[in-house]
Amino acid sequence: MNKFIAGMIAVFGAAAFAIFCIIVFEAPPIDTVQRGFRGLGMVENTNPRLERIKVGANQLPEPTPPSDKAGHTAASVYKNVPILGSMDEADFLRLMSDITAWVAPQQGCVYCHDENDYAAERPYTKIVSRRMLEMVRYINGSWKTHVADTGVSCFACHRGQPVPANAWFLPKRSQPFNIVGNRPAQNLATGSENVAFMAVQNQPFAPFLQKTDEIRVVPTRVLHGKNVPSMQATEATYGLMGHISQALGVNCTYCHNSRSFMSWDQSTPQRSTAWYAIRMVRALNNDYLEPLKPVFPANRLGPQGDVAKVNCTTCHAGVAKPLYGAAMIKDYPILVGPAPARTASAAK
Amino acid sequence: MAEYQNIFTRVQVRGPAYAGVPLDGIVGIRLGKGGFSYWLGKFGDAQIGPIYLGWTGLASVLFGSLAIFIIGLNMLGSVNWDPIQFVRQLPWLALEPPPPQYGIGFAPLAEGGWWQIAGFFLTASIILWWIRVYRRALVLGMGTHLAWAFASAIWLYLVIGFIRPVILGSWAEAVPFGIFPHLDWTAAFSIRYGNLYYNPFHMLSIAFLYGSAVLFAMHGATVLAMSHYGGDREVEQIVDRGTAYERGALFWRWTMGFNATAESIHRWAWWFAVLCPLTGGIGMLLTGTVVDNWFLWGIKHGLVPSYPAVFPPVVDPTTLTGAMP
Repeated sequence: MNKFIAGMIAVFGAAAFAIFCIIVFEAPPIDTVQRGFRGLGMVENTNPRLERIKVGANQLPEPTPPSDKAGHTAASVYKNVPILGSMDEADFLRLMSDITAWVAPQQGCVYCHDENDYAAERPYTKIVSRRMLEMVRYINGSWKTHVADTGVSCFACHRGQPVPANAWFLPKRSQPFNIVGNRPAQNLATGSENVAFMAVQNQPFAPFLQKTDEIRVVPTRVLHGKNVPSMQATEATYGLMGHISQALGVNCTYCHNSRSFMSWDQSTPQRSTAWYAIRMVRALNNDYLEPLKPVFPANRLGPQGDVAKVNCTTCHAGVAKPLYGAAMIKDYPILVGPAPARTASAAK
Repeated sequence: MAEYQNIFTRVQVRGPAYAGVPLDGIVGIRLGKGGFSYWLGKFGDAQIGPIYLGWTGLASVLFGSLAIFIIGLNMLGSVNWDPIQFVRQLPWLALEPPPPQYGIGFAPLAEGGWWQIAGFFLTASIILWWIRVYRRALVLGMGTHLAWAFASAIWLYLVIGFIRPVILGSWAEAVPFGIFPHLDWTAAFSIRYGNLYYNPFHMLSIAFLYGSAVLFAMHGATVLAMSHYGGDREVEQIVDRGTAYERGALFWRWTMGFNATAESIHRWAWWFAVLCPLTGGIGMLLTGTVVDNWFLWGIKHGLVPSYPAVFPPVVDPTTLTGAMP
């Protein structure tokens, strides 16, 4: 009898362990690609099975084939086209039809236009989309440090949906303190999906991607000195880094040599690209998205009444180069705005 | 003579259990006369009891329970007292130390005050248990080796949770209670101080940690392998020739070139174990008090190897003129 019970316990234990393994772990194979010098562990891991799914989900739709030039500008035919008026009319119509496919394929032109008067300043989505066109031109013209000549179009974030799937809002205000407590937005599974499932502060977006909280926490001197950032500040930075890693589907070592995270001379060029990205995202959130607040209806705003904003995932969607590096602006020179005047004072 | 096997204990002794030396204190009673468990006997010693907790033991268990109770209730409170969420999110839940603005003073309960109370009770519990370990050893006429090994672990615990925060003047330096949170703290701590792997005391600590595991495995394997010759009677065979012990010694000389004696192997193991937290504590104590960046310290002292460049040179964008955008 004892043997029977022991046997049953063993069988159930083995079954429970097998189920645990299947649920918790990822089925092999894992392919690794070495990037840094050998022995440094600077490798990227992919699972070909999962990678195939990701590739399928990150495809740029075929652009509408270009048609013969109309020979006159859009502004000469249509009223109220302040941004795109200088385009050839045929190119303009092509871009309009591509924007529909990128942003509102189900709803069609009327998602952003009054069907009785395309020139009218309504619905609100028209005001938003014009600002978004300005934003795209700003990104492609002013942030080549991040988007290079690959550029971004509406599709980079929208992916065929009127509201991009991976936008963020300020979180619901936490309840007032009582005597038990935990600082909000930390040490919970709920929300940890923002920071690669760590227990650190899981709302890194407002401090780092809207405000300009200091990201650098590692002292750059050998011996002890004043003003070492706190452990809490360190964990906040760690959360931001977790977000970036997850948004790009890469390890820490995609940008850093883990033997010295802070050292630029140990890092990969991708770290510079990411540095510019953080400044770019701040500019987009503060100069383009948040100012649209009065334009949006209440149901488009977050729990604190703020506008949906961007983070790394919004465009990258788990891929190091969005849409696997597909060139998004080569057919649309109008989406590239003027380059900025470079000044030393701009470095902040 | 029964053989010692790799997994299950083959020898189980049944008989009147030894109750121990007479009690010396005025507090505490000895419960039961000791019983036997067949299944526990498969794994270790079959005898359970008699159970005895003197005043240090009782106070230690009480304080320890209080600490775990406070930590658990704070975790439960952080998921709005939902027991299902408590279980689901348990690995993430924590009781955090006070934030930096409270320095080394008392913090409000919700902002680290409970952490201070739980930490006090946990520390009291651990130190009381140490006193118990020390006093029980004396009463039984044993050496106090175990107490000092335990003290080494307590040293590391105190450095991380008490001594270092006090030196730096901030409870925020201490570790949170929680499963993932303390691991995230550890990783963040290492990164913040420029990679703890370049801290020589961290290196020593790891060497002693892994060394302890290797020594433990080697010693256990050798004794198990000779048990059918009576090799488990290692110390009493120490001066005789042709014994199981001597076979083991010969085997170590042939496979490793040098061997411990049946006595010294235990001294090696004890020192490896004791030095692991002892050196680790020194390493923690130097971090952020003397050295702020161990990687740069390593460069300064020729510890850091350089590798051939694989990527084009990368510079800090903040050092570039007109870097924005």
